[in-house]
Amino acid sequence: MAVMPDRRATLTLPTDEQILITREFDAPRHLVYRALTEPKLVERWWHAKRGRVIVAEIDLRIGGTWRYVMVADNGMEVGFHGTYREIVPDERIVTTEVYEGLPDGVSEDDAATVNTASLAGDDERTTFTLLIQATSKLSRDAIIDSGMELGLQDALDLLEQTADSLR
Amino acid sequence: MVRPMARAATTTDAFNAVAEPRRREILDALASGERPVNDLVRQLGLPQPQVSKHLRVLREVGAVEIREDGRRRLYRLNGRALKPIHDWVKEYEQTWSDRFDLMDVVLDELKDKEEEDGSHA
Repeated sequence: MAVMPDRRATLTLPTDEQILITREFDAPRHLVYRALTEPKLVERWWHAKRGRVIVAEIDLRIGGTWRYVMVADNGMEVGFHGTYREIVPDERIVTTEVYEGLPDGVSEDDAATVNTASLAGDDERTTFTLLIQATSKLSRDAIIDSGMELGLQDALDLLEQTADSLR
Repeated sequence: MVRPMARAATTTDAFNAVAEPRRREILDALASGERPVNDLVRQLGLPQPQVSKHLRVLREVGAVEIREDGRRRLYRLNGRALKPIHDWVKEYEQTWSDRFDLMDVVLDELKDKEEEDGSHA
């Protein structure tokens, strides 16, 4: 059985409007970049073991848009989309992101976040950081609502059952 | 939509209070019962001033309370108000953690493919 190193993602909120996620990978930067930018590869990880990805569209150029949709195990469809603002291959992607199930009265502009994915490292290892910058506490709370709606706790139970078989 | 974690505007944001990994460890430790600070210092392996600082932040948002027991001060969880936030932060982190685990599998395949292609070059 393969030994999986303990590489938990760490999450902090540097400010009221930011979420910062960090994770190390045993892979060079250019491969992590591919996993983040090729639809066929995104399909394989974005669902987070909580369903399946049914849409992964990526128009990787500044001003280009992306859209991901998954069907969660509880049947709910969850979609996000955004526009690329900055692209530095193998190093940095800045994009907007907005949840498609916003409550009535919340505009996309208010709820959109600006996400900066950064890759640092060498030919062996990559440190991935994702800084999610909300325009206000309101938009950060929208992220939180989107997570709540997924009913993720139920999916966690399933995850525990399937995790072993995936390794 | 009703926000389950609506909160007063204070300088210390409740989300920040529970979004620090060490503070989440403290909340988890206190979930099993009230503890003196020394217990927490031992369990977390952090210097006491740091643990005290985290406890102060948690107290400011009402997640932790102090009970005087003779000369001892016991810290206990008052997590009802913060539990949804605490759960959400943990869950959000877990979601990303699961994504990254899946990325590990994808990356291993990409690495293997590159090595194969390299050996045929």
